Amino acid sequence: MNKLALSDEILLSIEKPARYIGNEVNSVRKDLSEIDVRFAMCFPDVYEIGMSHLGIQILYDMFNRREDVWCERVYSPWVDLDRIMRERNIPLFALESQDPIKEFDFLGITIQYEMCYTNILQILELSQVPIFAKDRSESDPIVIGGGPCTYNPEPLAEFFDLFYIGEGETVYFELLDAYKENKKNGGSRRDFLEKAAHIPGIYVPSFYDVEYDADGMIVKFAPNNANAPEKIKKEIVMDITDTYYPKKPVVPFIKATQDRVVLEIQRGCIRGCRFCQAGMVYRPTRERNLEMLKEYAYDMLKNTGHEEISLSSLSSSDYSQLEKLVSFLIDEFRSKGVNISLPSLRIDAFSLDVMSKVQDVKRSSLTFAPEAGSQRLRDVINKGLTEENILEGAGQAFEGGWNRVKLYFMLGLPTETQEDMEGIAVLSDKIARRYYEIPKEQRNGKVQITASTSFFVPKPFTPFQWSRMNTREEFLGKARIVNAAMKEQLNRKSLKYNWHEADLTVLEGVLARGDRRVGAVIYDAYRRGSLYDSWSEFFDNRKWMAAFEATGVSIDFYNTRERSLDEILPWDFIDTGVTKEFLKQEWQKAVGESVTPNCRMSCSGCGAAIFGGGVCFEN
Amino acid sequence: MKIRIKFEKTGVMKFIGHLDIMRYFQKAMRRAEIDIAYSEGFSPHQVMSFAAPLGVGLTSEGEYLDIEVGMCLSSADAINRLNAVMVDGMKVLTFKKLPDDSGNAMSIVAAADYRVMFREGSSLIPDVELEAKLAEFYNRNEIVILKKTKKSEKEVDIKPMVYSLSAKDGVISMQLATGSVNNLKPELLMEAFAAYLGKELGEFAIMVHRVDVYADLGDENNRELVSLGDLGEDIA
Repeated sequence: MNKLALSDEILLSIEKPARYIGNEVNSVRKDLSEIDVRFAMCFPDVYEIGMSHLGIQILYDMFNRREDVWCERVYSPWVDLDRIMRERNIPLFALESQDPIKEFDFLGITIQYEMCYTNILQILELSQVPIFAKDRSESDPIVIGGGPCTYNPEPLAEFFDLFYIGEGETVYFELLDAYKENKKNGGSRRDFLEKAAHIPGIYVPSFYDVEYDADGMIVKFAPNNANAPEKIKKEIVMDITDTYYPKKPVVPFIKATQDRVVLEIQRGCIRGCRFCQAGMVYRPTRERNLEMLKEYAYDMLKNTGHEEISLSSLSSSDYSQLEKLVSFLIDEFRSKGVNISLPSLRIDAFSLDVMSKVQDVKRSSLTFAPEAGSQRLRDVINKGLTEENILEGAGQAFEGGWNRVKLYFMLGLPTETQEDMEGIAVLSDKIARRYYEIPKEQRNGKVQITASTSFFVPKPFTPFQWSRMNTREEFLGKARIVNAAMKEQLNRKSLKYNWHEADLTVLEGVLARGDRRVGAVIYDAYRRGSLYDSWSEFFDNRKWMAAFEATGVSIDFYNTRERSLDEILPWDFIDTGVTKEFLKQEWQKAVGESVTPNCRMSCSGCGAAIFGGGVCFEN
Repeated sequence: MKIRIKFEKTGVMKFIGHLDIMRYFQKAMRRAEIDIAYSEGFSPHQVMSFAAPLGVGLTSEGEYLDIEVGMCLSSADAINRLNAVMVDGMKVLTFKKLPDDSGNAMSIVAAADYRVMFREGSSLIPDVELEAKLAEFYNRNEIVILKKTKKSEKEVDIKPMVYSLSAKDGVISMQLATGSVNNLKPELLMEAFAAYLGKELGEFAIMVHRVDVYADLGDENNRELVSLGDLGEDIA
């Protein structure tokens, strides 16, 4: 029987011991004597969140197909175990072997959102691996970061040995081979990093120096090592059908956030919303083959025993084979008690028909994401959804029996006026009015419309990367304007309005567009006890504010300043395929309220065609 | 067709709680492609009921769940299929057809056998004295414990719920009333024993292993305990 890293006494005195014992269905165990490279793959949040992440499941499966590699998983210990591990000096361990992370060759950390940055430091510290890369010795694991936040890795630069920029399926094996080769030749840690720097997509932060001027602006960003390239080009899988995808994903014992089979149908998005980082950095849009998806749906359901399957993509309605895929899933699996979940669908006749087949209309709600309250502002952000589309979709849905609507908006978008904010309330009311146009006897009771706003954070590699961001006070003032406007609407009793809290957004802004100097704030906040910042019950803004104060880093410098177009941005050394020229054009078109057609309507020359495939070459 | 499955839960699986074990079996049935029956309605669920929930931290070699199936598999086939999709620490032991009129596992549970051992360094009494002391404790007319509820404390005699109690080579065996009518947990009895010795049972002092679960086929005056696993028959 498996040994465990934690004693019975500890496991029986903490919440959900199942988070730490491994042994899940489809988890992989190997004989250490046959292994050359041990890789610990980490999602720096609690188990139930981390286990829901598709990217790790893909890489876990891919790595473990190699006989000489054993990839294991590790997640952030919850606060109860965190305390015990610190008190008793227990090193953090991987789930499969229960061996300490510090004995591994690699610690790979996926960085999915900014508010997990303090958890990354927790992982390093509990693993007893030095927090700063410069302090690591030959025996410490190589710490490598990946995931969306690495499109601006700079705030984390001092904590990582390497970053992998782009999609993991392409050069990881090359990196592992280089590691093995270096180990065999008795090479040092530095030797390996120098070899790694030659691999496309691999960024070694310590091989670059940054210089700032008196105003704090970057004046120079350049390699200090002959092995490091000037620019790092993102890695991307062009054929996403014939590539790695797990047929046997790991099935947790406890209910994870994503307790279902996840079928990724495409990567990228044709839409080009100007606020959306994913829509820019994952270009070009690439579709998976329908027959492959059918085969995987069948095998993954069989191998996991899950009772639900969900399609995953940035905009499922744009998948060209959607109707065929959905009909297949319904015909094949609905009778076997399998639920089918279809997020990110545009509301139209097709999706309403599908939804009425796969879910209980009375219990489900419709979701629209207009993102902005007026057509003017929707043009600014290039969100192709019109008021007409929304009212038409909602009208059809209401006639089909639905009576609950969720609306998602952002506040603080560039060029926003009071009228745009009030437009959120006006649009919500119009949807309610549309509902009450249905004769009373045909209606399904009252309508319930819930509008939610989040605050806009400008992200790297979007046309809005130069934009100023609102302050906390501006954000909250805007939420009050929307709230007041909601109360003036005819159908105010059917409208509900929620807004996010602003403190977290302000921080997210600094971390998203920060440079290397922001690393000091993260470290200081962590030392003050910041952890699980994405969990409202643990987020403590005072600790962060104290950290800014202590390190002398200015929030305004990163957030509320409008950047000039010729400024050197911290992430300029990364090449995503989409050119800076295109982003500038898009920023200027945004201010001019001019829309850009989606990739299928016509090519706007963003630069992603350089990858030689996907939607760029459909015709 | 009603089916009763007997399984064991050992090793690290003792940290998985009852609700998660239910979810585990629902998924295992799908992986093994057992033709299990579903309830009616918009979100159908598998017709499945467990005998007696096992607490977190306990191991067992005598757990039961009842299901309903359509297509008929032989017991051997079904056991093989299920064990092919189990994790370490979970093993299906029997797969038997129940008479159509049999009560479900949960409702008929009346008693259970347990084996209790002290964790290293936590024993109350040297092994050589254990057998005699335990017999002395059990031979009294009553075993009174103080039962605490939210509002009050009251004295309860738990001896009628202890059907047997003995020790050998440091291992304590007990048969206790279990189920919805009377239910006694091994921990409670061990706490009473510790109190009898003038000691206190540490929070993690004992390891409890369930050996089997029984139904009572007798009447009010005479217990006639039959293992839940003996109530059905193998399918050839």
